[in-house]
Amino acid sequence: MPVINVDDLTDKDKAVMEVNQLKIEIKLERWLTSKCCEEIKEYIQAGVDEDTLFKGISEEKNPFKEKGGCVIC
Amino acid sequence: MVSASQDGKLLVWDTFTGNKLVAVPLKSAWVMSVAFAPSANLVASGGLDNICTVYNIKAASPKTLRELDAHTGYLSCCRFLSDSEILTASGDTTCVLWDLETGKQKMVYTNHIGDCMSLALSPDMNMFISGACDSLAKLWDLREGTCKQTFSGHTSDINAISFFPSGNAIITGSDDCSCKMYDLRSDQEVTDYTDATLNAGVTSLALSNSGRLIFAGYDDFNCHIWDSLKGEKVGVLSGHDNRVSCTGVPADGMGVCTGSWDSFLKLWN
Repeated sequence: MPVINVDDLTDKDKAVMEVNQLKIEIKLERWLTSKCCEEIKEYIQAGVDEDTLFKGISEEKNPFKEKGGCVIC
Repeated sequence: MVSASQDGKLLVWDTFTGNKLVAVPLKSAWVMSVAFAPSANLVASGGLDNICTVYNIKAASPKTLRELDAHTGYLSCCRFLSDSEILTASGDTTCVLWDLETGKQKMVYTNHIGDCMSLALSPDMNMFISGACDSLAKLWDLREGTCKQTFSGHTSDINAISFFPSGNAIITGSDDCSCKMYDLRSDQEVTDYTDATLNAGVTSLALSNSGRLIFAGYDDFNCHIWDSLKGEKVGVLSGHDNRVSCTGVPADGMGVCTGSWDSFLKLWN
């Protein structure tokens, strides 16, 4: 099934594969890192108040808390 | 929640009560990955048998729906797109998109030169990312089958990979003991999560819903918590007696679950 068998590839074949992939990737339009990081920061800060794992949750509202004790009837 | 263990069982749990809802005996006990379909009708598992087996757990008793057999290496990771499509990553260095109606491969993604260890789907389901033993993470166009971007920087196998919730960044975890965040649009590594006291490889990772917290499972038996913005370690989940092999956060973000070689799954919040 697989179109390549990595064990059969020589180091030269692997290098050729890498160069071909780089030739494709070089055409990518890249944004400014500073702008992207600002966006990541804003995204996180917008969502952080709703984030239970970050803010914590009171025991009453916690759906995972142990339910009531055992009652023997 | 679904989990599978090398004791040969796949279990579906009610995480609120801790009760087991479904138990599926696995043909091959050497399981490495398990997945839940978004519909919750299907689960999949696979491992050293090189096969991804899909089970219908909504039937009266769990039935094998499909055995996807074409990889020539172990199945390291599987993820459902829907009830009719699943993505697999394999030790044969390829990832494959399968059609579950026919059981055939729709697309084969080749470009890694090391075993593929994990994959993650983008929130918009048009792309996916893979991490491999060639220490590279690659972004793929699901429908075209081509590798769009490659992210280097790690110095050892990438064992865990995840999309940041916005879909514009990815987080990777590696045997080189670090996690990294790469931004997709600027095509760069933007943060490195390393601590001089941490000398164990990262086996798995999961993010909290806002993306602020990264829960990373390590070989040192702990799950360390990183603040993704500050790049600092902010906590640790200790309690396992062996390597933490898997970590997950549910869709509602209410907790985090860790699974370990000590045979326990622990839910934390």
